[in-house]
Parts: sequence; C-alpha cells; structure tokens
Amino acid sequence: MKYLLIILIPLLPTLSYAGEAKDLAEDPVLEQRMVKLAENLRCLVCQNESLASSRSDLAKDLRQEVREKMKQGMSDKEIVDFLVSKYGDFVLFDPPMKSYTILLWYGPFALLLIGLIGLVVQLRKRKSAIPEAQLSAEQAQRAAALLNIPKDAQT
Amino acid sequence: MMRFWPFVVFVILAVFLYVGLSLNPHEVPSPLINKPAPAFTLPQLHDPSKTFSSQDMKGQVWLLNVWASWCVSCREEHPVLMALARKNIVPVYGLDYKDKNPDGEAWLRNGGNPYTLVATDADGRVGIDYGVYGVPETYVIDKQGVIRYKQIGAITHENLQGKILPLIAELQAK
Repeated sequence: MKYLLIILIPLLPTLSYAGEAKDLAEDPVLEQRMVKLAENLRCLVCQNESLASSRSDLAKDLRQEVREKMKQGMSDKEIVDFLVSKYGDFVLFDPPMKSYTILLWYGPFALLLIGLIGLVVQLRKRKSAIPEAQLSAEQAQRAAALLNIPKDAQT
Repeated sequence: MMRFWPFVVFVILAVFLYVGLSLNPHEVPSPLINKPAPAFTLPQLHDPSKTFSSQDMKGQVWLLNVWASWCVSCREEHPVLMALARKNIVPVYGLDYKDKNPDGEAWLRNGGNPYTLVATDADGRVGIDYGVYGVPETYVIDKQGVIRYKQIGAITHENLQGKILPLIAELQAK
C-alpha cells in the first residue's frame, strides 16, 4: 500500500494541467486542432512565442480567426497559406525551402564538409611532416631491450 | 598562409553578426508589398452611420495610417502626421484599430486631427487582412490600389523626407 502511494504521488501534478488558451471554443475537437496548428505558428508581437501560447491581443484575434476558418471548413494548409499571405514566411516556425533559405538549410552541412576536408588535409600533412624514424641495428636492439621484447620475437 | 585562416574566419563571423545585429527583428517584411490592398468597408469614426470603403480611393495615391488611442508610439508619430497633413500633398486616411470610438475621438480632439477621414476597425478584422501586428503602421497605396510601401512603427521626419514623400511624388507622377 505504502509503495503504491509512493508510485502514485509523483503522478499527481499531471492531473492539474494549465490550460493555455483561455478563450475556449465550444467544440473541443476544433479547439485541439486549432492549438495543434497554432503551436507551429509564430506570434508576431512576442516573436519567440507560438500563436498557441501567446497572450497578446493579436494572438487572441488570430486564434479566433483560425477557429472561424476551421468552422468554414478550410483545411490546415489553406489557413497557414492565408496567414503567410498576410504576415509572410515569418509566421512559420518551420521555414520553407526557398532560394533565400538555402544557406539556412544546407549551411550546416557545408560547414561540416569544410571541416572534414580541413581535417583530412591536416592529417595528411602531418603524416608527411613526420618521417618514419630509421634505426640502426644497435638502436633497434636498445629499443627492444627498453621495451622488454623477448629476444626471439625481435627483427 | 595558414596563420591567416583564423583571422579570415573571424572576419566572416563578424560580418554575419554585424548584419544580424543591425537588423530590427520587429520589422518583418510584408508580403503585401506590390499586391492589391485588401478591400474593406468600415464605419467612420465621427459618424458611424456612414461608411468608408477602400474602393473609393481608386485613382489617387493615399496613405492608410493604422493607429489607436491606446498606442504609445502613435503619440510620437502624431506631430509628423500633423505636419504632413498641413502640407496637403497626399490624403491621409486613418484606421482606428481595436479602439473605442469615444477614446479615438477624444484623442483626435486633444492632439489634433491629421486625417482626411477615419474608419474604425473595432474587432481588428481588417487589421489581420492588412497584416497589421504592431500599431502604428502606415501603407502607401497607389492609384491602382496597390500597396507600394509599408512603414512598420512610427513615421519619423527622416523616413518621411527620405522615403515616403519621394515615393508619393513618384507615384503621383505616374
């Protein structure tokens, strides 16, 4: 019994979750769809917050706009396209592939490639910079003695 | 040659940082530039029984200034708009955004009214259509009803002289 309680107590906070969007629509399914869509959209007033979590007036209005467009039967893509046509790609948290976002999408890979090439060049240079040491018979013997290599394994 | 590399990398990084830091993240380029201004018909502030329609403005260059009595930067912008209105170069139409009519009227009574006419957008619907996200914002709309320029934030004397007035002169000459 005691152990069961210990297991159950940490689960208590999950029962009291904070509702993000206070302006609840009457339709919970639609509300869920709206929140899911709005989580991937940027609030333009407080720029690092999503449209779903922002408390700004504009975010409230835009959530309402999204709800109404959903009620009118518009698809998620149509709604996102509408917002992009008004506010630009900036509303998207996931920037689309375009000519001016190539650097953003492929820049890290380019840097990785440059780094790899640099590494290979460096390693090759080092290899040729350090010549293999040539030992005389006497030196080889001394080295073997220092390294404690058994006599029969020499040469 | 090798020892210059760190310096080269530093210069490249510095250029990126300089450009990044000198941009204003609140100025989001509007996708509406060079697109037809969204049409609207809204009640007038001083006489809500009458309406103002953006379609009425076809054939002339005009400014649409989005403002509100609750907007702090609008106070800063107001004298610039008053000066512009006195010059009589271009009609300035106001869009009182998400405001209460008495508040808007009181604001114009106290500070002076630079607008040819003010329409009210009480629920912010037209604002969304115009991609308004921070007041004040000003749109320069040409004779064909196309948005040519959007000023985000208050108009200052500098960008009025340097950008907006030359653009208006150019559009009016067309």
